[in-house]
Amino acid sequence: MAKIIVITSGKGGVGKTTTSAAIAAGLAKRGFKTAVVDFDIGLRNLDLIMGCERRVVYDFINVIRGEANLKQALIKDKRIDNLFILPASQTRDKDALTKEGVDQVLQELQTEFDYIICDSPAGIERGAHLAMYFADVAIVVTNPEVSSVRDSDRMLGLLASKSRRAEQGLEPIKEHLLLTRYSLTRVQKGEMLGVDDILEILAIPLLGVIPESQAVLRASNAGVPITLLDELTDAGQAYLDSVARLLGEDIPHRFVKPEKKGFLSRLFKSREETIA
Amino acid sequence: MTKTTRDTSNTSFQLKGGLFTLTVIYLFNPELTVLGEQLAKLVKQTPKFFQNMPVVIDLHKLQPPSATLDFTSLIQCLREHGLIPIGVRSGNALQHEAAASIGLAIMPNTKTEATAEPATIKPTVATDAAPAAPAVVLTKIITQPIRSGQQIYARNSDLVVLGPVSPGAELIADGNIHIYGALRGRALAGVSGNQSARIFCQTLEAELVSIAGHYWISEDLHNSAMKENVHIYLEKERLHVSTY
Repeated sequence: MAKIIVITSGKGGVGKTTTSAAIAAGLAKRGFKTAVVDFDIGLRNLDLIMGCERRVVYDFINVIRGEANLKQALIKDKRIDNLFILPASQTRDKDALTKEGVDQVLQELQTEFDYIICDSPAGIERGAHLAMYFADVAIVVTNPEVSSVRDSDRMLGLLASKSRRAEQGLEPIKEHLLLTRYSLTRVQKGEMLGVDDILEILAIPLLGVIPESQAVLRASNAGVPITLLDELTDAGQAYLDSVARLLGEDIPHRFVKPEKKGFLSRLFKSREETIA
Repeated sequence: MTKTTRDTSNTSFQLKGGLFTLTVIYLFNPELTVLGEQLAKLVKQTPKFFQNMPVVIDLHKLQPPSATLDFTSLIQCLREHGLIPIGVRSGNALQHEAAASIGLAIMPNTKTEATAEPATIKPTVATDAAPAAPAVVLTKIITQPIRSGQQIYARNSDLVVLGPVSPGAELIADGNIHIYGALRGRALAGVSGNQSARIFCQTLEAELVSIAGHYWISEDLHNSAMKENVHIYLEKERLHVSTY
């Protein structure tokens, strides 16, 4: 039975879709049969990030409404085995999603896949609610700034109260924090919140810290998940580490403290200690 | 806040506690003829007042205390004058047995009114009312972090939170609020007017704290014990924040 993982944040533009693509590709790379589902009905983006926008025939809503079956709608990734995309509809809006429909599609996917990644839209409305409702695991994507942290906190509250697991009194959704667009130099200048400040407020385990990187934008524009780029970048490596942690491996966090640089490392010693 | 609703469509009745003020008639003398005459005189003055008035018969001033009472005649006598006897209290076991045998309720004993205790007098309960709900209300305990947008209400009790309270979260209690963690949201203790309610927290970074309607916002708190281990209480209509 597949594990359902929701990638969510509350706030928009923090990197949910990038993360969905990167984590899904990372899991597929590890040999797990993975489907990534775009819940952002009407604002379809996942297909672009995954580079399959020209192969979309049927979408999620077509499947829910019985206009196509799941096999017809799932797009197989050309670069890697085991990776499939279920695109959102661009012409409908979020009201086209029904709880029963989503449940049925996810159940069907669960029989065939190891992991189902649900790429949540921003906000806390219907689309976001249904993306997280059936989840077993949640990855909360947060940027190191106050509004993103607060929205993530709100989302965590909803995960604990408005999900199927909460409503049926089952074991709660497993929550992970993924910090994206993290710039160590800006944290040190005091322009961004540090890892420990954010962890103190959100109080959930840290899955990974993805450094701010030009490569993320390059990968998006090229339509390649950053974990599938030929050159392995900092961000790509950080995502692969996060995938490993998601699978239960114990890997030390990178990019959260400065590299040893003699003079500089002495300058930031106190900072280093608080992070470690 | 959730409201518990009860489905009353299928049930034919519902039991609920109720408090009533009842007139108590202290009996000094077991001789009923004297009682009848004196009662008649009293009722004559204000007949409407005594019409269908429920009364409880108190026996603790009866002389001699263990006198045998003819309850059937006593009830009849009271009824003739418009009173409705519903129960007996402060008698001995024999008297209570006799009263119970003809359908009178045995009311709980109270301290004699000579000791004049303010406010602690037990309520007298009418015969048809269910026993009052137990007085102990369990403290509401939350073991998870309270997130932005969540609201927790502890009705008639204290609220204990084991974890941080995020900005945008709201804790409300009729009693005290204890937070074993950082308070970054709002905490309102004693909301139904309990001025002795207090708020305890391990790191004060609150957006708002309030006790019995007296509140401070974060701006007011900044000068006091921000980020410290504090308790907040009300004294002379003014909030006080003290570290401990």
